Amino acid sequence: MSIKKTSLNNLHIKYGAKLVEFAGYQMPIQYKDGIIQEHKYTRSHSGIFDVSHMGQLFLSGGDDLTNDLEKIFPADLKKLKTNQSKYSFLMNNKGGIQDDLIITKTSDGFLIILNAACKYNDYEVIKSKLHNQYKSNLDESLSLIALQGPEAKNVLNKVIPGCDSLKFMNGNNYVYKNEKVYITRSGYTGEDGFEISIKNSDAETFVESLIENGSKLIGLGARDTLRMEAGLCLYGNDLDNDTSPIEANLKWAIPKSRIETEFVGSEVLKNQFQSGVKKLRVGIKPDSKVIARGNTKIYNDKNQEIGKVTSGTFGPSVEHPIAMGYVDNSYSTVNTKIFLEVRGKKIPANICNLPFYKKNYVKGEINV
Amino acid sequence: MSEVKYSKEHEWIKLDGEEATIGITKHATEMLGDIVFAELPEKGSNVDKDGTAGVVESTKAASDVYTPISGEVIDTNQMIVDDPSKINEDPEESAWFFKLKIKDKSEMDSLMSKEEYEKFAKETSA
Repeated sequence: MSIKKTSLNNLHIKYGAKLVEFAGYQMPIQYKDGIIQEHKYTRSHSGIFDVSHMGQLFLSGGDDLTNDLEKIFPADLKKLKTNQSKYSFLMNNKGGIQDDLIITKTSDGFLIILNAACKYNDYEVIKSKLHNQYKSNLDESLSLIALQGPEAKNVLNKVIPGCDSLKFMNGNNYVYKNEKVYITRSGYTGEDGFEISIKNSDAETFVESLIENGSKLIGLGARDTLRMEAGLCLYGNDLDNDTSPIEANLKWAIPKSRIETEFVGSEVLKNQFQSGVKKLRVGIKPDSKVIARGNTKIYNDKNQEIGKVTSGTFGPSVEHPIAMGYVDNSYSTVNTKIFLEVRGKKIPANICNLPFYKKNYVKGEINV
Repeated sequence: MSEVKYSKEHEWIKLDGEEATIGITKHATEMLGDIVFAELPEKGSNVDKDGTAGVVESTKAASDVYTPISGEVIDTNQMIVDDPSKINEDPEESAWFFKLKIKDKSEMDSLMSKEEYEKFAKETSA
């Protein structure tokens, strides 16, 4: 299979991107400024992220769609208002996470944003669970651009006036060059920001106009350090088929109203809600400057293995190494002393609260 | 007169008599990206040619630093431990890694000259 390119590929090259393969796509890991500068620019100004490799799945057609989707996802879709978004999961029967995703109610159905590496499988699983009864389109004629950072609203408002009135986790239709674009106020950096779904043929000029208004292209490298500082999970690292949303410390994304109802994996989740879980995702702060990466083993003070790091890096804004991982539940309390095995040495660290970097979202009416 | 040579692992070595200063090349720092962590060998320890003698980490990944020559570690550069970004700024001068009292000068023979290294770096990164 040949490597895919997004509609912004020429622009990545023009702005000096170092390109890597990611989930079958040629994607920018960084541009000329490098990961740290790009990370800091996003936190202090605004950054543009090409996330067109992610799946945009549109579902529509039929009064029972909402009901049938609630049999798949543990979200309260009946209470979702048009243009409102929720974070949810596609799970297997064991309650393990097959993908984490954002569901938005559109005027005629739902839009689901899927992870790039999971999207084709998700599409088949969702279609099959819906018994092919509805109109479904994994739309690859659309690009997806994220604009993140404190200046995001000012920059985007100059290009698409009016979008600054959107509330966090809400979306709406706007017009760019006489074409419909769909914008949600959301993101993956711990900053205020937007995700813009736009026709492939308009993506390049749209991004150039964001750059003219003071924003900069940011690569996947900084996207990863930004999301880690924000305590957000990366599917494949921090979430997988053997990990449930409860274990992942994402209980908040399962509304109480859905716990007693049926969906894929509901029995396991109900059990975990009642009896608790053996392992739990936690934040980890090493005492020293040593960085613990994914798969680093975690020990207690008696040298017994108690867990594993799933993501770790140096946090450019917190200016310290940061990590997250799973530990035996009895070690998950904040300030518990743990040890990370890095290059044969046991490095002292503490369990800490997430996020590492405090969020700065625009609060809106987010609870239904 | 000091002699400067380069290894295939992208270290540079400057020899003054029996004392060698070792660091990583500018080309290496460009491949690594922003360096955020450096670990150096213990002063007084002995390191063997082509063995691990330190670690550098970027935001993305960790990489071993090898010594291109055997010897006893007589000094290490605390500046790059305190501020690893100095390695990106000035890799081939002030941001050296460690100094060795060398054992066998003939180990220098297998290393590359500046011209040879530049050619090697260009070919391997293409």
